[in-house]
Amino acid sequence: MKENAQRILANPKFQELVQKRSAFAWTLSVAMLVIYFGFILLVAFGKGFLGTPIGSGVTTWGIPVGLFTIISAFILTGIYVQRANGEFDELNRQIMEESK
Amino acid sequence: MRSLVTRFSAAAAAAGALVPASVYAAAVEGAVQKQATNIEAIVMFMIFVLATLGITFWAARRTKSAKDFYAAGGGITGFQNGLAIAGDYMSAASFLGIAGLVYMSGFDGLIFSVGWLVGWPIILFLIAERLRNLGKYTFADVASYRFQQTPIRTLAACGSLATVTFYLIAQMVGAGKLIQLLFGMDYLWAVVIVGVLMIAYVTFGGMLATTWVQIIKAVLLLSGASFMAFAVLAKFGFSPEAMFSKAVSVHPKATAIMAPGALISDPISAISLGMALMFGTAGLPHILMRFFTVSDAKEARKSVFYATGFIGYFYILTFIIGFGAIVLLLAPDATGAYPFLTTAPAAGALANPATIIGGSNMAAIHTAHAVGGNLFYGFISAVAFATILAVVAGLTLAGASAVSHDLYASVIAKGRASERDEIRVSKITTVIIGIVSIFLGIAFENQNVAFMVGLAFVIAASANFPILLMSMFWGKMTTRGAVMGGWLGLISSVTLLVLGPTVWKSVLGNPAAIFPYDNPGAFTIPLSFIAIWFFSITDNSQTAQDERRSFEAQYIRSQTGLGAEGASAH
Repeated sequence: MKENAQRILANPKFQELVQKRSAFAWTLSVAMLVIYFGFILLVAFGKGFLGTPIGSGVTTWGIPVGLFTIISAFILTGIYVQRANGEFDELNRQIMEESK
Repeated sequence: MRSLVTRFSAAAAAAGALVPASVYAAAVEGAVQKQATNIEAIVMFMIFVLATLGITFWAARRTKSAKDFYAAGGGITGFQNGLAIAGDYMSAASFLGIAGLVYMSGFDGLIFSVGWLVGWPIILFLIAERLRNLGKYTFADVASYRFQQTPIRTLAACGSLATVTFYLIAQMVGAGKLIQLLFGMDYLWAVVIVGVLMIAYVTFGGMLATTWVQIIKAVLLLSGASFMAFAVLAKFGFSPEAMFSKAVSVHPKATAIMAPGALISDPISAISLGMALMFGTAGLPHILMRFFTVSDAKEARKSVFYATGFIGYFYILTFIIGFGAIVLLLAPDATGAYPFLTTAPAAGALANPATIIGGSNMAAIHTAHAVGGNLFYGFISAVAFATILAVVAGLTLAGASAVSHDLYASVIAKGRASERDEIRVSKITTVIIGIVSIFLGIAFENQNVAFMVGLAFVIAASANFPILLMSMFWGKMTTRGAVMGGWLGLISSVTLLVLGPTVWKSVLGNPAAIFPYDNPGAFTIPLSFIAIWFFSITDNSQTAQDERRSFEAQYIRSQTGLGAEGASAH
C-alpha cells in the first residue's frame, strides 16, 4: 500500500487528475455560490426587480429567477458527474493500474 | 365536510400562522385539535406500515455484519441512494411547511426551497467522493482520519447527537400534532407509534430497512405531490400565468404574493440564513452517513445527482401546490361555500388565509382534498405520516452510530470492541433514543419547537461542516485546531440562537433579544473556520507535526480511493 502510494504520487497523471478535478470542482462551487448568493442578495436588496411583472401579466421576474436557481443546481451537478464519472474516473483507473 | 369545520376552533386555525424564524419546521407549530377519525388515511397508513415491516423482516435476515448494519453492506446503487437521500431530506416540515408558507405569503416560500437545495451541489463538488473514499460508517471516520481519535470522535459525536436530538424533537412533536390532525388519533399514541416503529426499523433492519423505508416514502411523496401539482395546473390549462393571476385576485396580499416580502428583512439575516441552509445540509450526520451505503465514489456522485434532481423537482411542486392552495381554498367552490376555512368572508370581501382549518400547514392537505376527494386526501395524510417515519429512522440510525461507532468503539473501547459488541451497543442506543424521543415528544407537546430544526442546521453548519471540510482539504490542520474550531462552532451557535429573537424573546418571553439575528450562521460558521486555522498554525507540538505529515497518505486515498472501503461480498 505504501509503495503504491509513492508510485501514485510520482505519477504525473495523478497531478493532472488532482489539478483538473479540483479546478473543475471549485469552479462549479463558485458558480453555485454566485448564483445562490446572487439570488439571496436580490431578495435582500433587489425586491423591486424580483417583484416586477414580466410584460403585462402578473408573473414577476422573481419566478424565473427562483426556478433558474433551482434548475441550475441540478444542471451543475449533472455537469460535474458527467465529467468526473467519465474522464476523471478513467484517468484514476489508469493511475491505479500503473501503481500496481 | 361540515363536521370537519365544527371540530376545529378558531384558535387552532390561527395557530398555523407562520413567523419567519420558524419556517424551518413550520409543520410543528402551535396547538392543534384532534380531527374526526380519517379511515382512508388509517387504512393506507396501515398498508405502508405492514409493507415497511415486511421489508424490515427481510432486511433483518440480511443484516449480519457491522457494515450491513451501518451501511447496508455498501451495496445500494447510486439511483437508489439518490431516492433514499431525497426521502431522508424531504421532511414533513418542508412539504407542509413550504406549501403553507407559499399559501400565506407566496414568493417567500421559494426562498426557503432554494436554500434547502443549493447545499447539494456543494456536497457533490467538495465532499461526497472524498467522504466516500475516506470513511466507513460515520462522518467522524473522516474528520478524525489522521488525528487523535478520542478528542475528535467525542467532538463529532457531540455535534452529531446535538444535531440529531434537536431535529428529532421537532420531528416527534410535529408527528404527534400532524397525526392528531390528520388521523384523529391522540397525541400520545401518535408519538408512541412513531417511536416504536422507528425502533423496529432501525434495530432489526439497520441501514438496509431504513434505506428502503426512505425510498418508498420518496416515491410515494413524489407521486402524490406530482399528481397534486398536475391537477392544480390542469385547472388552468397548464398556464402558470393564469394560475398566478387567479391567485393574485383571491389573496388579500394581491400582487405582493409575487414578490419577496417581509420574510427576509435585512441583508445580514438573508446571508446568515443562506449560509446556515447551504452549509448545514453538508453537515447533517444522517445525510452524510448515506454516502457509505454505496459501493464507490462513482456511485456516491450519482446519488447526489439524482437526489438534487428529485429534491429540486419536489420543491418546484410544493411551490405550485402552495399556489394551488391559494386558488382552491380562498375561492368559493361551485356552491359558493368555503369548505376549508373556519369563517367564510363577508359578501364582496376577500377570504383571510389565516382562517384555514387546522392552520397554514394544512394547506397542502386541504388542497389534496380539493383536487382528489376523500381517497386522495387519505393518501396524502398517510404519506405525510410515512414522511416523518422515514426521517426519524434516518436520524435515529445516525444518532445510534455516533454513540456505538464513535463513542463506544473508538473512545471507550479504544478500537478493541468486537463487531458484535458494537452492533449490540448500537441497537441498545437505538432503543434508548427511541424511548427518550417519545418522552421528549410528550414533554415538548405544548412548546414551540420550530426553532429546533433551525438550531440543528446552524450546529451542523458551524461545528460538523467546518471540521469535516478542513480535515479533507487542509494539510496543516491539527487535532487542537479541529477541537477548538468544532467546540467553538457548537457552543457559539447554541448560545447565539438562545440569545436571539426566536428563543430569548418568543420562547422564553423576555422583552428584547440580546443578539439581534434569528440566525447566527454568518457569525458562527466563520468563527469556527478561523478557530481551526488559528489553533492549527500555532500548534507546533510533535503530534501536530506527525498529523501534518500523514496528510499525504490521506490525500492520495481521498483522491484515488486507494484502500477505500468496498462493498461487502453479498
